[in-house]
Amino acid sequence: MSLSASDWKIVGFTLWTAIVAVLCDLIPAIALAWMLARKSWRGKVIVETLASLPLVMPPVATGLILLEILGRRGLIGSWLYRLGIEVAFTWRAVVAAMAVMSFPFILHSGRVAFEAVDGRLEQVASTLGSSPFRIAFTITLPLAARGIAAGAVLAFTRALGEFGATILVAGNIPGRTTTISTSTYSKIMLGKDSEAYTMILISVLLAFSMTFISNIIVRHRTP
Amino acid sequence: MELRGVEVSLGQFHLHADVTFSDGITGLFGASGAGKTTLLEVIAGLRKPDKGQLTSSGQILFDTRRKIFVPARRRTIGYVPQDLALFPHLNVLSNIRYGEKNASTSFSRASFDTICEILEIRKNLYQYPRSLSGGEKQRVAFARALMAGPSFLLLDEPLRGLEHELKEKVLSFLLHIKHEFAIPMLYVTHSPSEVMALCKEVILLDRGRLTGRGKPSDYFLQTDAPVYLLRRDPKS
Repeated sequence: MSLSASDWKIVGFTLWTAIVAVLCDLIPAIALAWMLARKSWRGKVIVETLASLPLVMPPVATGLILLEILGRRGLIGSWLYRLGIEVAFTWRAVVAAMAVMSFPFILHSGRVAFEAVDGRLEQVASTLGSSPFRIAFTITLPLAARGIAAGAVLAFTRALGEFGATILVAGNIPGRTTTISTSTYSKIMLGKDSEAYTMILISVLLAFSMTFISNIIVRHRTP
Repeated sequence: MELRGVEVSLGQFHLHADVTFSDGITGLFGASGAGKTTLLEVIAGLRKPDKGQLTSSGQILFDTRRKIFVPARRRTIGYVPQDLALFPHLNVLSNIRYGEKNASTSFSRASFDTICEILEIRKNLYQYPRSLSGGEKQRVAFARALMAGPSFLLLDEPLRGLEHELKEKVLSFLLHIKHEFAIPMLYVTHSPSEVMALCKEVILLDRGRLTGRGKPSDYFLQTDAPVYLLRRDPKS
């Protein structure tokens, strides 16, 4: 049971695209999580529901919607294409699919983490002359950081295992868009069971270690 | 500090306050649910009143008719809540210096060294709140509020939950603060003995209404044993 050079490339590509996807998610997910936890605004429930849809919708459906949006004739894809940026069936589509599918993980962990921060601390900080911006960066975010980090690790794990949306919007183009999951699928289809099991083992090891790290982060206590 | 026609409604509970606070420590005495904390939150700028006006040293802090509401961060009113709300991720040093940058020049006397010395917290500076005793936490909360250079200090039952001996000690720290910094304070409590020990004046609050005002000795009887509430209004 060993990995070929091309398999190592696939593992590296999957890790790299998953990292980029989580980085793309971080700022909007944290901002939205804070808005959901701390503010009352019209349409809050609708936005929260929309942001959670990738968790409950079939990934293939999410992929098809992404293809409609990011394809050459899509809402955003056509505009990007005119700027010389092609998304569908490139590494960008892999990142987009991973980012959309993993977004709810950071959002929900972030929301719970922000809700767990005692609002009294923020109130007292304001009586000490702090602006809302300073309170966010010195009180709220540091106290919510552990929950957000745990969510980000879970999101990364989800991105690593992403299949349904990726295969629709990015395809399975060797050397360009193939990820661990799509490669595993190809190997099974081609009857290369041994190679497929090697990829599955890598998936299991990555998923286990990331979930383990996420649990460690959550359990770690304040000094 | 003057409140005029201040009204706050929280469901079935209604608070009405028309009162002026003078220098020194004023006790705000009342049973649980009387509205003491609500009144403090209104003064601190943490709760918007439905009606009324609050002025401090001639500056309007809120006036509902003129739609003025100065946010808490611009009021220079120190607030020590019941639960102290120490920042758990910061050590004592970072906690007490949190508001320092915002200290006004009028409080230049209250240097870091003086506050550490008076409150005896120098040995705790690198500890985190979790590892402090109840009395140490209280002193850190006082120090943090003082370091921001408040023009008025609100203390919400600061001795609640402390054992008798520790209460005595923290009371002596409060008296020290009073003498050293001469900051007007509003001291919320439902303990007559604390009022007798600290306050030059007491205001009684009952079910959202201010029902009396005077010297602590007008209301409480000091005996060898605990202090008793004599009457709700000395004029009655």
